[in-house]
Order: sequence, then C-alpha cells, then structure tokens
Amino acid sequence: MAPSPEPVIEVQGLTKRFGEVAAVDGVSFSARRGEILGLLGPNGAGKTTTIQLLLGLTRPTSGRIRILGLDLARRRRDILQRANFSSAYISLPFNLSVRENLDVFGRLYGVRDRRRRIGELLELFEIPDVLHTVTGKLSSGQVTRVNLCKAFLNDPEVLFLDEPTASLDPDIAEKVRNALKRVQRERGVTMIYTSHNMREIELLCDRVIFLMHGRVVADGTPREILERADSESLEKVFITIARGGRIEA
Amino acid sequence: MWGRVGALLLRYLYLYRRSLPRSMEIFFWPVMDLLVWGFVSIYFQKVGAPRAVLFLLGGLIFWDVFYRSQQAITLSLTEEIWVRNLLNVFIAPVRIGEVVLATCLLGLIRAILSTAVLGVLAFFLYRFDLLLLGPALLPYFASLLLFGWAVGMSTMAVILRFGHAAEALIWGTPFLLQPISAVFYPLAILPPWLRTVSRLLPSTYVFEGMRATLETGRPAMGALVPALALNAVFLAIAGAFFGWMMNRVREKGYLGRLAME
Repeated sequence: MAPSPEPVIEVQGLTKRFGEVAAVDGVSFSARRGEILGLLGPNGAGKTTTIQLLLGLTRPTSGRIRILGLDLARRRRDILQRANFSSAYISLPFNLSVRENLDVFGRLYGVRDRRRRIGELLELFEIPDVLHTVTGKLSSGQVTRVNLCKAFLNDPEVLFLDEPTASLDPDIAEKVRNALKRVQRERGVTMIYTSHNMREIELLCDRVIFLMHGRVVADGTPREILERADSESLEKVFITIARGGRIEA
Repeated sequence: MWGRVGALLLRYLYLYRRSLPRSMEIFFWPVMDLLVWGFVSIYFQKVGAPRAVLFLLGGLIFWDVFYRSQQAITLSLTEEIWVRNLLNVFIAPVRIGEVVLATCLLGLIRAILSTAVLGVLAFFLYRFDLLLLGPALLPYFASLLLFGWAVGMSTMAVILRFGHAAEALIWGTPFLLQPISAVFYPLAILPPWLRTVSRLLPSTYVFEGMRATLETGRPAMGALVPALALNAVFLAIAGAFFGWMMNRVREKGYLGRLAME
C-alpha cells in the first residue's frame, strides 16, 4: 500500500523547554498514512524528546499534536489503542516467558484471539520456537524481535520505532526491515523511525527529517536530501549537519 | 477497565510464579519474623509477661498486612523500572488509576496469603489464635490494607519523580511508621509529644484496638471509627499527591528518562 496524502500525524509548532533549554524548538511536520518517516539527528538533537511528546509521556510547552485525526492532549488513550512503540532501550520483563509477556500486552490492548495473533507475529519475525522460552534467556536479536511482536500485537495504525535494529546483526536486521516493509505494504502502517544507521534509513524510509538543536534542519525524501546536500550518502549528510554544516532548504 | 486491570494483575502474578525471590517476599520473610518474635514472646511469657505472645504475635501479623500492602504497590512499579518495562506499560492504553488499582489488588492478595500462612503457623507453633479477634478481624485487616495502599501510592509517586535515588523509601517508609504506630507496645509507652503524632495514623488505632480485644475478649470496634476516617483522609491525600506528582513527571519528562536510563 503506497503512502496516501491523508496525514496521520500532524505536528505544529511543537516546543518543549526544560528550564532555559529548548529540547524541541518549534518543530512542525506531518506523516501520511503508510509512510515510514525517519527522524534523524545526532545525540541530543531532540529525537527522543520528540517521540516522548508524540507518545504523550512528556507534556509540550507549546504546540499541537494530532494523531489519527485526534488531539493527543485530549484523546491520548484512544490514540494509544491504535498505536504502539518499540525501542532498543526498553524491554519486556525478562522473568516472564514470551507467551506470558505477549499475552499480558495482548490483554492490555484488548486483542481478541491472542493465541492466533501471537503465533502470526512470531512467524512474521521468524521466531516461532521461542513462545515458551523465558524472555531473559533469548539472544538480543530474539529479544528485539519479541519487542517488535509486542509492538504489532494491536495491529497498530501508527508505530513509533526507536532504533529497533540497534542490537541486531546484519542478517537479522535485514529480516526485521523486510518484515517492517511487508507490514507497511500490506497494512498501510505509518511509522516514525529513528536510527543511527543511515544505510538502513535510505533503504527503509520514504521521507526523513533531520533535527539539530531541537529544530528541523532538513525534510524530504532520502533522494531529495542527497541532491540538496550534493552528497552520495545520508551518512555524509548526517556528519555535515552534526558538525554544524547546512544543506539547501 | 477490568480487563486491563486483570491483565496488569496477571503480569504480577506471572512474576511471582516465575521468581523465587518475589515469592519469598510473601512467605519466607513473614515466617522468619514470626519465628523470631514467637520465641521472643515465649521468653517474655516465661519471665512473667503472660500476654506477650498475644500482643507481639498479633502485632506482627497485622503489621505484615500493612507492609505487604505497601510493598505490593511500590515493588510492582519499581520492578517495571528495574526490568525496563515501565514505558511499555505507560504507552499502553491504560489509565494510571488502573495501574494503581491492579497493584492495590495485588496487595490484597499478598496480604490475604501472608496472613493466612502466619495465622495457621502461629496457631500450631505458639497456640495464638487470630480468630480471637472475632468480628474485629476483618475491619482491622481492611484498615491496615487501606493505610498500606495510601503509603504505597505516596512512596511510588516520590520514586517516579526522583527515580532510583528514592528507592530506599520502599523499605524505609514502613519502618519510619512502625515505631509511632504502637505496633508492639501500647500508645502510652510513647512520650506525650509522639503520642500526638501517633494518633494521626490509622494504624495506631488498629493496634490499640487489637490489644484491647485480645485483653478483654470483646471486640474493640470503637477503634475502627477513627482508623477508617483517617484512612479516608490518607487515601484522598495520597491520591491527590500521586496525581500531582504524575503531572510534574509528565511536565519535566522524567518518565521517559526513568524508563530508558
């Protein structure tokens, strides 16, 4: 399913100040249905704060967030019912089995026929044999894929993925990317994706936004950004921006 | 709502099934306490304090109700921080009240299990019959459970705000309250100024009532009125404090930091 013009995420003038410091400073962007939007930038650029604002974990100083046509400030729970999140920096309880973990989250999201859904997702991410394994005994690649299974349990329309392939070897990382692409194609899921792997961003994202000091400094398809920066790779663009360089608007 | 509360409760029960240290919290430590205090009571009895077994073991078992109830809330949410699952819970379509309610119900289950085991052991080992409290037993239990919930909620709010630095409060807060709750001795033993503080705690009335009931054999139901009234006040304050703290946590972005650090 190709991205449709319908905006699923609309962010306008989003600002978050911690005292004198603006972690996010007047950021505006939108993401269309079925689009994978890469959120890029060096450490401290405001990516994590932006995602936390989009998830309603942190309250903005000013600005407006609408997801799936709903105002996040007022309808957060309704949005979260149709969205999900996975990050390399959080995990499911290691002392529960994979089945128990996914069962608990399936219940939290009100998933019907959980057994079938869990089976489908384990198949999608090619880990069907870990169902009864205690999560703490899985390899890091398996843990990441179980986390992604949790993120897909409620068949989300919007997915926030924070460096989901950070701990994966190239083989598994490619499998995960393929699975994500497949879900995007078949279900039209909108994804906000952060990663420091620029090659992965080029392969996966329909559009990217570069953040620096909490501001959007570049926005476009990977090809457009490469042309504007007159560069052959997003990695070089990333380094240019991180070192204070500019690219054409 | 109950589906989500049930799911959270199930998550904690799975943990008890899988984790020996967590299961030990329900049975091992209370039983060890019972053994130590039981033998101390027998010693007191032999040196001329005949009601020592009643008062000390009654105090111990009831104190455990409060302690398990408080611990269920604080340890459950802190466990989510330790295993880096807090964000998964907070980005699920769950109300914070539902999370708290699930931990309160877990406290109820833990307190029932622990009291049942201690009650049976105390009967067989020391001939202490918890049922001597008669109709006062359940209201006393409920009162300490409610107070545990109130203290647990307040402690958890501080931990969500200040993070790992405040974790010592999980175990410290109950022991701060124990000396002024007149758990093992009458209120009259405390210095006058401390009695005033003690009278502000619902737990004090329960332990005073428990001793009066065990001494006279008549249920001291009068102690329940101030205990329940104070519990209502403490629960209201704890709920408001928790809500205010959660607002601060969202405002300052502490939740993400705490969950991902």
